[in-house]
Parts: sequence; structure tokens; C-alpha cells
Amino acid sequence: MLNIDTIKNGLVIDHIMAGCGYKIFNYLGLDKADFQVALIMNVKSDKLKEKDIIKIDNVIDIDYKVLGLIDPDITINVIEDEKIVKKIRLTLPETVENIIKCKNPRCITSVEKDAPHIFHLVNENTKEYRCEYCDEIVTFSEE
Amino acid sequence: MKIIDYGILIPLNYPERLKRRTIMLKGRSLIDPMDFTLEELDEILNLAQDIVKNEKNYSKICEGFLMGSLFFEPSTRTRLSFEAAMARLGGKTIGFSEPGSSSVSKGECLSDTIRTVACYTDLIVMRHPKEGAPKIGEEYSEVPLINAGDGGHHHPTQTLTDLLTIKSLKGNLSNLTIGLCGDLKFGRTVHSLIKTLSRYENNKFILISPKELRIPDYIRKEVLDKRGIEYKEVESFNGVMEKLDILYMTRVQRERFFNEEEYLRLKDRFILDADKLTAAKSDMIILHPLPRVNEIAHEVDKDSRAAYFKQAKYGMYVRMALIAKLLGVK
Repeated sequence: MLNIDTIKNGLVIDHIMAGCGYKIFNYLGLDKADFQVALIMNVKSDKLKEKDIIKIDNVIDIDYKVLGLIDPDITINVIEDEKIVKKIRLTLPETVENIIKCKNPRCITSVEKDAPHIFHLVNENTKEYRCEYCDEIVTFSEE
Repeated sequence: MKIIDYGILIPLNYPERLKRRTIMLKGRSLIDPMDFTLEELDEILNLAQDIVKNEKNYSKICEGFLMGSLFFEPSTRTRLSFEAAMARLGGKTIGFSEPGSSSVSKGECLSDTIRTVACYTDLIVMRHPKEGAPKIGEEYSEVPLINAGDGGHHHPTQTLTDLLTIKSLKGNLSNLTIGLCGDLKFGRTVHSLIKTLSRYENNKFILISPKELRIPDYIRKEVLDKRGIEYKEVESFNGVMEKLDILYMTRVQRERFFNEEEYLRLKDRFILDADKLTAAKSDMIILHPLPRVNEIAHEVDKDSRAAYFKQAKYGMYVRMALIAKLLGVK
């Protein structure tokens, strides 16, 4: 049995789809963290069969929109004094800016350097997003 | 009372950014055919029909107004029809007809060009090869901006032209079976027309194209499927010609292909000739945004159903109406 210390003040990112933990770990820049962080992979789970968990022993700012985009089933537990004080359930964000890049070579964002890459959610089930400018439809998994 | 009615008629799913601007057309931009409510489209079409009847009454209404005509991509018909429209309303035009003769060739970004031109003019008309460019233009322009075509994306004033032609020749914009033929993938006029005609009651579409040039996914999913519009995708005129009230032909556009070989393979797949028209209804109308290359044989021009040159003339009148409305002079 693997033992990981409980954290005092920080975050537990739970119910990450097995295999996505490393992606999120990297996105959050946790490889450069100077505080205690644990990435636990392939943990047995009733809900998901297997899941990844990230425990962060520090209060950090997280862009929940991006996490929601990577995996909308994630739960974030906010820990204060070793107790869960808040549970945050993520959903796919309605609009994302400068997270997905438009791949349509005919889109104005491919040449206008300061133009933001804005995408709007079209279909929650298929994770499809539509470019604000050229209407190209992309799924986040293509990224 | 009329103004309040417009507010009430806004559909619930109308984009938030547009809800704020639905009181009148003065000062508005036209980027996407969905920017206007059906009532606002009607307002423009009714004015256009009055201009057709009483053109002289409108010859001075834009005196003192200046239009910026920014064509980042060559165009004859659209540019000339806008310039003719402004001149026939008594206004003047400045601008460029290709990016080589503008500061864009020095590397200026689009937003700076628009901001500058908006300082000199009362209205900007813009064509750009990149999709979504007019939306960026609108964000930076302090004067109304009209999208005169952005890549293979939208061409809303062609849609207004098509609507005025259909309304004038068929008497209404509902209960029609519309066949669209040719390049339905890159043909921006097709995308704008489908989006707009699907807002009117009981219209059906028959989409005639090779598999490679079918309508893009976003039109299929977000417009046709979402609204439960009846449509059919076919690869020939066989069995569908007799059902059509309108046949909208399009050119396979060389400039939209990255691969010349692919263009050559697909360019002559659909050619409308007198023989194919024998199956069509006697009151069907044939439309084409022009220019045509080979897709309509010249023998068809003599057929009373051929309406594409009338359509070109309606294009100028509807642009006159649009300019007058956005400038708030009518």
C-alpha cells in the first residue's frame, strides 16, 4: 500500500481520468514546485475503475477553465487545516480564450498576430468548440 | 411602437452582443447574415424594393458621406456594386482594390488599417481573404463595417442580394425548395444563404455537390441539424431537378484550393445546360452569384428562368438600401 501524507493547506485534484494526471501536472508547472506535491497514478476507483490524483500542499491559483477542458469530470477538494472545506466540480467552459489554437490556415488568427484565439462550446458530449472568427469546429482532444 | 416590437421579437438564443444593438440599424455593422433579425432584413429588403421603383428619390440621401472600400482581395462585381450603390445615393468612396496598394504591403496589421480608415470615413466596406477578418475589423472600427466577403466564410451582402432577388421574383422567402449546386464547401455565398433561408418557415434544401465539396460540418450541425431543417445531400441533378423552386449554381473557385490537381478534377463536375433544365419547373429560377466559368452553359441565358443578371442588378439596389440604413439616412 502506498502512503502519501495528508496535506495541511492546499488542493487535491481528484477523479482525474487515468493517464491525464501527468498532463495536468505539467500544465500546472508542478515539476518546478518548491512545495510538497504528489502525482498518484492508476489509483483504484469505484467511479472510474482507475483514476489519477494530484495532491498539492500549497494554495495555488488554478485556471479551472483549462482543467475543465482537459478533463471535465475532475473534482477539486480545497483543504484547510487538513479538512476539506470546499469541493469544486468542473464542467466544460462555455468560452475559452488563448487555450485552443485555431488550426484553420484560412482563419484570420493565423496571420493577425495579436488576435485572441477564442472558442465557444458547441457540443458538451463531443467536446466540440467553434472558433469565434472562422467558425471552424475543433475538439480539444485534437490539441 | 415598431422599435419596441423589434425588441420583443429577438429570439431567446440571440447572441448577447447583438441584443444590445437591436433597436435600429443605424450605426450597426454587418459581419454575419445572422447579425440582423428577420424584421431588420425585411426593413432592408422593403427599402431596396422601393429604391428599385423610385430610384430618383434616393439620389442625394448620402450627400456628404464617405465610404471606405477596403478590398484586400480582388473583386470586380462586389466592389463595383458597392461603389455604384454609394454613388447613386450621392455619396463618395475612397479605398483600395488590392492590398499591394495599401499599407498592408508594408506589414501593417489589420486592426491598425481599420482604425485609421475609420478616422476618415463614415462607413467601411471590407473584403479579406482570411475568414473572420471582418469580425476583427468590427472590433476596432468606430464606424459601421460591412463584410463584403471573408475567405470561404461569409458573404452577407450576397445573401441580401439573393433574398431581394427571391422575394422580388418568387414573391416570398418561405415554403421554398432550394437546390444549391457546385462548391458547397468553400462557397461562402452558399453558407450565408443556407443560414439565412433556414430562418424562414418551411424551406427545404437539396445540396448537390461532389463528396469533396460538401457543406462544412458547422453548417450541417449548427444550422441544419440543430434547427431540424429538411435537407438532402446528392451528387447529381437526377431525380431532384423537378422538385426545385430555386436552383442556386456556384463556381468551383480555384483560389480556395491549396492543390491545383484537386481543383482541376472537380471544376467541371456540374454543368447546367438546356437539356438538364427540361425536368425543371416552369417557374423555377436559376441564380448564380457570378462570375461564372463553365458551370452554366451560355445557352441557358436565353431561358426565362435564368435570373442571374437580374440578381446582379438587385445586388446594387440592396447595397444602396443597406448603406442608407447603416448610415441612418433612411
